[in-house]
This record gives sequence, C-alpha cells and structure tokens, in this order.
Amino acid sequence: MQNVVILQARKWFSRSLSSFSSNPLKVCVVGSGPAGFYTAEKMLKAHQQAQVDIIDRLPTPFGLVRSGVAPDHPETKSNSIELTLPENLQQIVINQFSRVAQHEQCSFLGNVTLGSSISLSELRKLYHVVVLAYGAESDRSLGIPGESLKGIYSAREFVWWYNGHPDGRNLDPDLKNTDAAVILGQGNVALDVARILLRPTAELATTDIANYALAALEESSIRKVYLVGRRGPAQAACTAKELREILGIRNVDISIQEVDLRLTPADEEELKSNRIKRRVHELLSKAAAKPRTAGLNQRELHFVFFRKPDSFQESEDRTGHVSGVHFEKTVLKGDGPGKQIAIGTGEFEDIKCGLVLKSIGYKSVPVDGLPFDHKKGIVPNFRGRVLSDTSGDPTLLEEGLYVCGWLKRGPTGIVATNLHCAEETVLSISEDIEKGMLISSAALPKPGREGLLQLLQDRDVRIVSFSDWEKIDSEEKRLGSSRNKPREKLSTWDELHKAALE
Amino acid sequence: MLSSRLPRLGPWIAKRLFTRNYASIYRGRYNQSTRNSFLQPPAFQQLSLNKLYNGAMIGKHNFLSTTSNEGNEQKETISVTFVDKDGEEQHIRVPVGMSMLEAAHENDIELEGACEGSLACSTCHVIVMDVEYYNKLEDPTDEENDMLDLAFGLSETSRLGCQVIAKPELDGIRLAIPAATRNFAVDGYVPKPH
Repeated sequence: MQNVVILQARKWFSRSLSSFSSNPLKVCVVGSGPAGFYTAEKMLKAHQQAQVDIIDRLPTPFGLVRSGVAPDHPETKSNSIELTLPENLQQIVINQFSRVAQHEQCSFLGNVTLGSSISLSELRKLYHVVVLAYGAESDRSLGIPGESLKGIYSAREFVWWYNGHPDGRNLDPDLKNTDAAVILGQGNVALDVARILLRPTAELATTDIANYALAALEESSIRKVYLVGRRGPAQAACTAKELREILGIRNVDISIQEVDLRLTPADEEELKSNRIKRRVHELLSKAAAKPRTAGLNQRELHFVFFRKPDSFQESEDRTGHVSGVHFEKTVLKGDGPGKQIAIGTGEFEDIKCGLVLKSIGYKSVPVDGLPFDHKKGIVPNFRGRVLSDTSGDPTLLEEGLYVCGWLKRGPTGIVATNLHCAEETVLSISEDIEKGMLISSAALPKPGREGLLQLLQDRDVRIVSFSDWEKIDSEEKRLGSSRNKPREKLSTWDELHKAALE
Repeated sequence: MLSSRLPRLGPWIAKRLFTRNYASIYRGRYNQSTRNSFLQPPAFQQLSLNKLYNGAMIGKHNFLSTTSNEGNEQKETISVTFVDKDGEEQHIRVPVGMSMLEAAHENDIELEGACEGSLACSTCHVIVMDVEYYNKLEDPTDEENDMLDLAFGLSETSRLGCQVIAKPELDGIRLAIPAATRNFAVDGYVPKPH
C-alpha cells in the first residue's frame, strides 16, 4: 500500500516537473514504428507539457506495421457490420499512431536520417531526451561459401520487396527459372515468405501487395517450398496462429517426416513448460499424420528439420547463380531444455533450388557515437537507459539517451511487445527526471524542434510532415481503389517525394 | 440457481403487472417518466430480490434502470474486482453482456487493449484468481489461445479480458492484471517469437 502511495506521488511529481518548468521537456524519438509511437504516446501521457518529435528516414511512418505485415494476413475481419470499425490490427494500430502524430505537442518529421541528415551527438544537443527506436534493418549472415551468389536474399529484403518498401523495390528476384525455393529458418517471417510464394495469386490480388510483386508471383514457376531448420520441431520459432494459417492454404500439399517429430527427453521438458511450442508441435504432428494428396497444380510445402546449411552451390548453366544448398545433417546435443544445440554429423544432403531466402534473424545497425553490442546486435542498455559500454555496469550511463523496441531487445516479439517495452523505457526516463539525473540538462532550455528544423533547412533536407504523409496515403488509396485493392503503394523514392512534397 | 431464473422472472412479471397505475406509484421514487421505459415488479417480490442481489438495486438501480430499447429488458450487473500489479483492488459493477476489457476502460482501470478486442494481441491478459470462476468460463477458442500463447506472465487460469463476458454466474469474480513490465528484464527471460 505504501509502495502504491509512493508510486502515485512519483507519477505526480514527474508530471508536474515538466509542467512547472518554463522550459518544457524536449524529446526526440528516432524511428516511427511501434516502438517509436508507443514511446511517444506514453511520454505525452506521463509528461503533459513535453514536446515530442518523431523522426524517420522514410517519408512514410509506422515502420514494420506498414512494411512488415504480410499483405494477406487474415486479421482482416471483413464481416464487421459497422463501417467505422477498423478491419484489422494493422489498421487499428495505424489509427492509434495517427492520433499520436496529430497530438498538438507531437510532430512527425519524415525523410530525416540519423547519421546523415543529422548526427547522434547533434541530436543530443538539441533535445533533453533522445529515444532510439529505429529497429533492425540488417541481417544476420551465415558466413558460409556461396552466400553472395545471385538468387540468395534475406527474408527481410524479400518482405520489403512485396510490401513496396522503396529500398526493396529493385530486388527483382527471379521466380521464373526454378521450381523450388529453400527458406532457411522456421520463424514467423519464414512462414510469411513461404506463404506469399505458395498462396494462389488470385487471393493476393485484392491485398495491398506491391503490383510488381504480384506480377512476378503470377508468373512464378515455383512449386516447391522448403522450410529448413537446423534443429527439430520442438525448437521451431514460429507460433501456432501463423503455422495454422500456412497449413491451411488451398492447393498446397504439406510434407513433414513423422520421424522428425520424435521428441528427446529434453524436448519433452521444453514442451511441458512452453505452451507455444506445445501447440506448434501438435499442429505439426496433425499435419504429418494427414495423408498426402497428389493433385494437379498442387504446390508443395516441405518442413525439413535437422539440416544445417554448409554451402551454396553455383549453377553450371547460369554462372554466378545459386542452384542448390548443401546441408549437413544434425543431431541435438545438450541435456538442458532450451540448451540443445545442433551438432553436425558429417552426413550431407543437397536440396536443389533457384531461390534461397535466409530468415535467420534481423540485425540492428549502429550509428556513430552509439555504444553497440556487436555480438547481440543491440545497444547495451539497462531497462532502456543506454549504457556507455558492453560491460553491463549499470552506472555507466549515457545521459539523456534511451532505446526502445528491437534496438533494445533484439529482433523478437510482436507489435504489442513494444507497448510493454515502451512502458519500461518511459518509466526509466521519468525516474531519471525525477531523480534529478537529467536536471543538469533539463534545467537548460533546449532548442528542440526549432533547432532541428533550422539545422535541416541549412542542410537542404526536405522534411515530410504528417500531413504530407496523408497526401501519400490518399494517393495510394486512390490508386488502389481502381484496382480493387485497399491501396497501391508508392514504392520509389521519387514517387513518394512527389506525392508528399508537391 | 435462482439468480439465473431471475432475469427471466423480471420481464415476465413486468409484462403481466405493468400498468399505468404501477408506473404512477413508483414514478416519484425512481424518476421515470415514460411508461414504456419503466419496469417495476410488485413490492413484495422486490424485497426478496433485494436480498438476492445484495443491494445491487439500491446501489445503482441497475436492475431497474431504463434501457433505450422498449424497456422490457433488465440491466443486470455483476460485481467484479480488478487487482492491479501493485496489489490495489478496484471493485466495479459490470452489466451482463459487457466484456471485462470494456468494463475496465469504462472504470478507468489500467488494462491495455492494443487491438481493441479483435483477438489480435494479448495486452488485455487477465488472471482469474479463483479457479471455480475460471471453470465457469467457456473454453477459449483457437484464436484466443493463439494470443494467450504470447501473453506475459501466462498462468493456468489466464484469459483475455476482451473474451470474458459478464454473466450472472461470474458475480464476485476477481481478476488480476499481470505485471508485464516486471517480466521484462528478469534473468532467464526467453525472447518471444515474432
């Protein structure tokens, strides 16, 4: 009870601190995806007088909510009778974030890149608090021979391609010269890309998938998709909902070896304490037991376990292009649940394919002046407070610098995970303000938005405001309506700038 | 058991006994003006109903309150207690048919609902504190289970607040709101898939 009283008092205190001071708290959030927007929302709620600016290198906000959600994701509930009811989570979240961006004290500033438009140290001079929430825009690499052959892409690039992200526009994957694709990894992103490759294109035609991707998929000759994991079904990183979805696609024959579904004692332990894995294993077992259907025009989805990629094979006919993956068979070693790793057995197997998608994890990109843990691929932090190095010493703090989202936790979780993540970071910020740790800088007025706008103007950076984004939004919807799609994304930098700034 | 028959009893009585006379007798006390929206069982039955509802009527007149449609429906409420992550309790009354998430929001209880009840997140996760009440709930659907999979601090009696709908059998239910942020930086934290 006493704790509650103290907590309430602290909340009041930190709120009032910003409102009593004649210089309001100036906050800059870098990144406008879920982590960025939830942070902005909670900052505004906790600090009534704060001014929050959200910057993003793209002219379009919302991060992966715009470019990472698969176009065919059936959260779409189109049988809602109320026309005003948002159709799906993506739309709900976008509406929520739009309301934050339109808050009087909040500004969205698109087309502003940390590291090139402005440096981190310049940003920290302009604002009392800087929160980095720019996610993970790079990939883990396998580091095996042949990785740079043509036809090998990261799943992240492939998702950007079909979702109309301007940096994925020119990927141009060749889907016509092969009948097989190998996807390395068995997480939800791997399932997403597999599903897009397998789904009947008529079902994709009415989504917001990029039109050039739809055209490529309509001409695709890919009939077999392999989802390959180094370990077994008990270690697969996907979740029940996504698995059920892919197992239910029309005209797709599912192939799972029953022998792979056998569980080690450590597996049993893992499943006992983990609902997600238990339900995933159940789904895989049910699918494995179903009789195979060999029909015409059937596409095939193969779940392959216990295979570690050893090298990529180059085609003899098409130099520089991948023609297959050389796998080493593995077994699990390690007794502890959650500690089993894949050990090579010295036996090998090849899978022929013309397309490889690596879905083994995203990685964050550091910027100048930012402490970074290259091993984990995140910024070292303590509950969102950036630490000066990777020693883990929680007293070595970078004043006024915080992180949220994938940059803080690594590339895991769903949209809603960022809600809790933002809560923690904002709590840390509030505690620091109240404890006087930011007082030295908080006592001085900071230029904030005015300073940023001036600096960017001097550098000829054309900022895209939220209302400029709304012009892009209307244009995309307009283009989509003539094609029976919710929107047709503008996917080149030129088109985006034109729609926003002219 | 009687409580499940009462909702049917009320309208039955109302249909048989509702007359202008009754309306005029009780109008002063209950401040009702239109005949169609007024509903009042005879006095002697009212007393026994009082005992059963433990002051629910006296407290909020919900049993006798008007509804915007023809007035033959009763608005029953049940008692619900939310226990937040600091152990603080909040007792509220929830009309039958309303979800716990909606009820929390109407009473300013801090229960997140990122997807607004569309079964696309797990932020309204609540823990039913007494297993007898948990057993009175309908089994979760696959869709709810999918989202529960991803909830922080999942327990054997966890449910999504947007899927727990108030019904008379749940009167007195206690729901704990798990401390999501505390689970965050705990040692041995297993990252959730995405």
